[in-house]
Amino acid sequence: MKPPRNRRPRWLPTVLALVAAVTLLGACGSSAKTSTPTPGGTSGTAGLKVPTADMAPLESIGKGEGKVNVIAWDGYTEPEWVKPFETQTGCKVNTKVGTTSSDMVSLMANGGGGQYDLVSASGDADLRLIYGGDVRPVNVDLIPAWKDFHPFLQSPSFNTIDGIHYGVSLQFGPNTLLYAKSAFPTAPDTWKVIYDTKYKGKVTVPNNPIQIADAALYLSKSQPDLGIKDPYELTQTQFAAAVALLKDQKVLVKKYWNLPSEEESLFKNGETVVGASWPVQTGNLKKSGFAADDTIPKEGATGWADSWLLATKAPHPNCAYLWMKYISEPRPQAQQALSFGETPANRKACPIMDELEKGGCARLHADKPEAYYQSLQFWKTPLAQCGDGKTDCVPFQKWVAAWTEITG
Amino acid sequence: MTTAPSPGGARISAALWRRPWLRASLTLTPPLAWFFVIYLASLAVLLLTSLWSVDPFTNNLHHQLTFANFREIFTATYLRIIWRTVVLAALVTITDVVLALPFAYFMARVATRRVRAALFVAVLLPLWASYLARVYAWIVILTKGGTLNWAFRHVGLPEPNIGYTHTAMWLVFSYIWLPFMIIPVYTSLERIPDSLIEASSDLGARQFRTLRTVVWPLALPGIVAGSIFTFSLTLGDFITPLLIGGTNSNLIGNVIYDNIGTANNLPFAAALAIVPIVIMTIYLLGARFLGAFEAM
Repeated sequence: MKPPRNRRPRWLPTVLALVAAVTLLGACGSSAKTSTPTPGGTSGTAGLKVPTADMAPLESIGKGEGKVNVIAWDGYTEPEWVKPFETQTGCKVNTKVGTTSSDMVSLMANGGGGQYDLVSASGDADLRLIYGGDVRPVNVDLIPAWKDFHPFLQSPSFNTIDGIHYGVSLQFGPNTLLYAKSAFPTAPDTWKVIYDTKYKGKVTVPNNPIQIADAALYLSKSQPDLGIKDPYELTQTQFAAAVALLKDQKVLVKKYWNLPSEEESLFKNGETVVGASWPVQTGNLKKSGFAADDTIPKEGATGWADSWLLATKAPHPNCAYLWMKYISEPRPQAQQALSFGETPANRKACPIMDELEKGGCARLHADKPEAYYQSLQFWKTPLAQCGDGKTDCVPFQKWVAAWTEITG
Repeated sequence: MTTAPSPGGARISAALWRRPWLRASLTLTPPLAWFFVIYLASLAVLLLTSLWSVDPFTNNLHHQLTFANFREIFTATYLRIIWRTVVLAALVTITDVVLALPFAYFMARVATRRVRAALFVAVLLPLWASYLARVYAWIVILTKGGTLNWAFRHVGLPEPNIGYTHTAMWLVFSYIWLPFMIIPVYTSLERIPDSLIEASSDLGARQFRTLRTVVWPLALPGIVAGSIFTFSLTLGDFITPLLIGGTNSNLIGNVIYDNIGTANNLPFAAALAIVPIVIMTIYLLGARFLGAFEAM
């Protein structure tokens, strides 16, 4: 026997009232955080002002507070270089691992929440943090090793705005062109190979919207009349051209890789012979005896660069400065580079890398001439503001939507 | 009113005995609170979030209500992805029904007790291994230099090469969710009394007719229960497409994942998350319309 269907439970109004109450509460609670649009700023990217730009940076480093809370990529605070720092300064390093750039941005919301001091963010998150007011100006005079950084990493556009530093560069790496020697006896010298129908079904590229910048970089050289100057600042026309190129590329792609290990097995299984990659895959493939190599083609390459940024509400500013000062020195720079497989920002780290691992400096491209690094276009958050005062560029959310459309 | 002095526990117990409403509300409050605060409230917040938007400059949430996210969903890109997800979920469900019915029938009505126990273990054993381990095992089987191609080559057949395709996704999903179909179908078949089947044949029905008019209607609740598992699990998954899918393999889950993990566009992710809820509601209403819950 079934109960009559139209019997309306007496508790239903109560439930509805409760749900409505909770919803309202949620709305009120969070509306406090609603951002008020900043009226046209006078400097920097048109219409956008860094909320913390006027905060005075620290004049001198005082006594350590005994600890520093950092948000870092996994593998960025290994005991090898953290232990000496802790003994030296008495600042204990507490690490919260950030899994993605967005994760880091969320954790740093509201100026680090009065909980976190530093974040080791990548270029694609930096501008979000800076314009979100989550990080504050840093006095680089308090970090002596900063002068030994590669010139292009001293005041890069992803962590320095209008001459104000919001962080210190840490490590970087290029997005390379990886190829199997079976298909390429000599290194290909152009990114065209990953857009070439000759390699149909044999190509792999990262499953990441920022990949649109790679296409834009290639187009900036192959179709100069598009006028692409910066692959992260694309007008609607330029953006559409890059997206069209990637849509054509899709039929050539075997798989959009998500993890470095995925790309390695694609190469080992013979599924793909060429693709966009990171140096770590090349190293692993070579180590396993697979005949592959990577190159930076004539168009240049995109790359990532990480910086330590200081939280607006950092509760332990002295220890935070001590950490930024320490991690910029050659030895910890070399240790982290070798351990993680990336290139240190400090030029003086190279000899120590060789001392710690034979050929370590060359393996991680830390010994290249400046021209090599000049050919790298580092990830930064695409914003509607184009940098030239115009506001008709395509923002990152559109990049993600377009990437969904491309990968289908 | 005073009572004779007694140990506290006994007094509480007596008080509860005298007031049944107090007893009932004390027992029901924790599960109800869980249901309302954690489950329904989070759904309400999800719905609310889907009506917000994100500032393209600073990535901050804007709390003005807008239907832009839902309008965005009704564009070709996302409709295609939703359609793909639903079709795949349906195919996986049908495949699992076809595989599970004879298997469960054998387990429930033919196999000896010992064989039945062995089959049970065989069905459940894969669930002990991690989901990821099983998907990775399929990559090893299906990829170009993998076991499947190797086997075909050695028999002299052309290599199927189905790694990183839709076929691979369909195969892996069908494999992974199969136990969730077999168990409920088995339970419903096992409950059919022998006497019903005997009566059917006594009345002159041939085997196929008995199967169609006696066994099938009684097995239907089990099939529907199983299909709710296989359908909704496929509908919400994003790991298998990520690992074994090729290009064009995004499901709803992948788009949600990208919008949270990469774009930080929570409102749009929330709007997309409502799509599977709507689809499942339609599915359940459809199942109810077909009378699948009558025998439950």
